Amino acid sequence: MTDKKTGVAREKLVNIHVNGTACEITVPAWRTLLEVLRELGHVEVKCGCEKGDCGACAVLLDGEVVDSCLTLAWNADRRSVTTVQGLGGPGKAHPLQTAFIEHGGAQCGYCTPGMILAAKALLDDIPNPSLDDIKRGLSGNLCRCTGYTRIFSAIRAAAQALRQEGGTS
Amino acid sequence: MLPSFELLEPHSLDEALKMLATSEATPLAGGTNLLPDLRAHGRAGRRFISLAALDQLRGVEHKGNRVIMGGSTTLNDILRDPLMPKAAPSLVSMAKVFAGTMIRNAATIAGNICYGSPSADAIPPLLSVDAEVTLTSAAGERTLPLDSFLLGYKKTAHRPDELLKTVAWTIPAADSANLFYKLGRRRGDAITVVGVAVTVVIESGSCSKARIALGSVAPTVFRAKEAENILIGRPLTAATIDQAALTAAQASRPIDDIRASAEYRRHTVHMLVRRLLTQAWQTSGAKQYD
Repeated sequence: MTDKKTGVAREKLVNIHVNGTACEITVPAWRTLLEVLRELGHVEVKCGCEKGDCGACAVLLDGEVVDSCLTLAWNADRRSVTTVQGLGGPGKAHPLQTAFIEHGGAQCGYCTPGMILAAKALLDDIPNPSLDDIKRGLSGNLCRCTGYTRIFSAIRAAAQALRQEGGTS
Repeated sequence: MLPSFELLEPHSLDEALKMLATSEATPLAGGTNLLPDLRAHGRAGRRFISLAALDQLRGVEHKGNRVIMGGSTTLNDILRDPLMPKAAPSLVSMAKVFAGTMIRNAATIAGNICYGSPSADAIPPLLSVDAEVTLTSAAGERTLPLDSFLLGYKKTAHRPDELLKTVAWTIPAADSANLFYKLGRRRGDAITVVGVAVTVVIESGSCSKARIALGSVAPTVFRAKEAENILIGRPLTAATIDQAALTAAQASRPIDDIRASAEYRRHTVHMLVRRLLTQAWQTSGAKQYD
């Protein structure tokens, strides 16, 4: 749909690969990737502060972790998005998910999808992170329950498990 | 939800500059400042120009002792550049504590500079290496020192028809130190309470060049030039360093806000400048003259 007076597109058909599945949706320019993902049913992507402070809405965009509340849906056109569901789930959990369960890295769980995706991006970059690396990797994710220490130990355990697997995370 | 807006999506720099010249539109890069602002108190119906497709604005070029950084280079690009720890150590220290991981993947150097915030973390390190900014428009290009680009609280010399194309600087001399420290309420994801970047160049046992740049303690990031001058031509003794640090604190014009009081900020400028200058003097190779 184009504005008759200005010739500027008001809405656009965007094609986003979410966890490997192509999704088409027509949206105006001001809609965020977060809103679109949740409308598509991906409610595992959480809406927290909507200003880039909390990291609850983090997703991987072409493998790079971003806040989906600050990413316009138009900017995700023809790109691939991974949510926490794309990493794994019941029966085929990702080592990060297993470690978060085993180490008590989640309490209320609201920050967990963002935490796990930020941790995934960190381990893709640094397979054997120091505690400092982990803290820096999670510096955009807030958790008001755990006090972080169990999250840190979960990530260290997951890093070790992934290194032992010898594959990529 | 964000208020409605129009988004133009140019595919080349020329196209973007034409759009900026002919329509009242604001450049939108990482969006990490603009979108929260828009959500908090923006009006509907504005027009933005997305810089997302302009790859030529992103990336770092190292040419001899010059560093030329495209405006759309992200804060995490700085951390990924293997030559940056030598080219501007203070800039790397800064990028490590700039907001959080997701913001560092989106926020651009041009955005941080052009927003003109007094707490813009990228600016003190860039002032400490005498960075210049090149602005481009359909009418042509101009280059000016970053120092004269910053005019006041969220006020810069950036014209509405211009894009910040590059930030460039010369790598500090071999016998020098370039340091940054950010004081925040927490290590990550924090707005700076006081930010300090210093450069000290040593020649024959004396300080031949000094830069002291301060963030979050005045309407704009600024260089404490009177304090810098105290250091020139002298070995940096404890007394000289303290005098310069105190002068820097006196040049600050901080405010009281929810993060800290003005008095605390001024005191902290004194302490942090003293600490960084001492560290700079000791790590710059000057020790051999002690």
